[in-house]
Amino acid sequence: MSSASQVAERDVPFQLRGNSFTMMVLKVFAPASPDFFTLLNVKVRQAPNFFRNAPVVLDFDDLPESVVFDLGAFVAQVRAQHLLPVGFQGGPQSVREAAMAVGLTPMPSGRAARLEEVVKAPDPRAGEQPGSGAASGGAAVAAPQVLIEVVHRPAVMVTEPVRSGMRVYAEKTDLIVASSVSPGAELLADGNIHVYGALRGRALAGFSGDPNARIFCHSLEAELLSVAGNYRVSEDIGSDFHKKAVQIFLREGVLSMELLKGV
Amino acid sequence: MSKIIVMTSGKGGVGKTTSSAAFATGLALRGFKTVVIDFDVGLRNLDLVMGCERRVVFDFINVINGEAKLNQALIKDKRIENLYILPTSQTRDKDALTREGVEKVLNELSKEFDYILCDSPAGIERGALMSLYFADHAIIVTNPEVSSVRDSDRILGVLNSRSRRAEQGLEPVTQQLLLTRYDPERVEKGEMLKVDDVLEILAIPLLGVIPESQAVLRASNVGMPVILDEASNAGLAYSDAVGRFLGEDIDHRFVTPQKKGLFSRLLRRSA
Repeated sequence: MSSASQVAERDVPFQLRGNSFTMMVLKVFAPASPDFFTLLNVKVRQAPNFFRNAPVVLDFDDLPESVVFDLGAFVAQVRAQHLLPVGFQGGPQSVREAAMAVGLTPMPSGRAARLEEVVKAPDPRAGEQPGSGAASGGAAVAAPQVLIEVVHRPAVMVTEPVRSGMRVYAEKTDLIVASSVSPGAELLADGNIHVYGALRGRALAGFSGDPNARIFCHSLEAELLSVAGNYRVSEDIGSDFHKKAVQIFLREGVLSMELLKGV
Repeated sequence: MSKIIVMTSGKGGVGKTTSSAAFATGLALRGFKTVVIDFDVGLRNLDLVMGCERRVVFDFINVINGEAKLNQALIKDKRIENLYILPTSQTRDKDALTREGVEKVLNELSKEFDYILCDSPAGIERGALMSLYFADHAIIVTNPEVSSVRDSDRILGVLNSRSRRAEQGLEPVTQQLLLTRYDPERVEKGEMLKVDDVLEILAIPLLGVIPESQAVLRASNVGMPVILDEASNAGLAYSDAVGRFLGEDIDHRFVTPQKKGLFSRLLRRSA
């Protein structure tokens, strides 16, 4: 079945995928300041290789309503510093319109981590969220200047056994294994980990530090369990939980285990 | 179109070469034109187990390098019609195996043979990777002990990610387990893993259980595939496994200790 879908995938000339990129934000306070580009140049020279042709997002959030400056010329001067403005966020209406006019993409305003991204297929469940950009799926994707915030980042799903020596990383999401995990295999997830077969390898949830992540497994035989860096090796797991359905989580910073009830 | 089988295990010393020799012989006995190739470059053994070590002139590596024609390197078995051996080089190492070279030889063989059986070296490096890369079917040879099971698990992962079928998104390589050196009495005493324990971890279909048997050592010392020893349990078990591989429905034997009366204890003939 999986091979059939792979074949089907190869028949279409493209694939839409969600992805995330780290970009610098250039926060603009006084674009008309005569020292603006002199100072920017000093900054860029400190690490020329790092900054060369780096994509940047211009943040106009702190500009006053009344600001007047030539945005086209401003962008050109930023480019002259070998930075590539690709989008902008915030700013007064006049600046936003000017930025769109020179081809910059409006980015959802917010924290750096939320600057992303378009999800690949319109998930039917996304439709339940009224007014959400992703609900319109393909149509929104077709308009290239509109990037949509992630509404739903699908879990990584593994249906085959995870063999010794294999390593599965669910970046920024959950990991679901609908099979067994062999000794010597390693599961990593920034979110939760679910294993519906026997968990005999290592499982590290909250890999990027989320203390609320949990590990759920159907039969606990793990070599190592970890949530946000708090770990236990199999020696310390205790026979009470051996081959039982268990959830593992942090309780006041301590790695705790609890039998799953009703399993 | 011939089928390519790889006999592999990850771990060494579990019986890959013995099983390759037996299996290839079994397929040929059933009328299939079969060639068995030794991929263990530098540690050539298959020719010994097949009893043709004194007839090796050219080898697999010579053919890959264009120094000999395939027909010059192929050795026809003297006992069995339809059975050929392609020995490897003892003086070279695994770097002599190039993907293009192996592919060229396999393509040429597939014009003529029904089955091409690749006897993999131990490990997960170049030799093992080359032997499994083009496979349609994999037979995983495992002993009933934890380190062998873990290494088999590893090689299954490699098959699923680094074989040609995996890389090109084709139908996956079929995988079957051949559990060798199984001693039901020691299993009963808890000294060896049970069949079910191994199957639980590896989660692939069971092709056969080969009982621990003196006949195996005896056979390889005289250069005769053990499957030809029809008086031995190991030989019969290999024969059953070949039948199952070809789709026959055969019950597993030799997985429980045989009840022994006083008479058979006294006259205990090695299995």
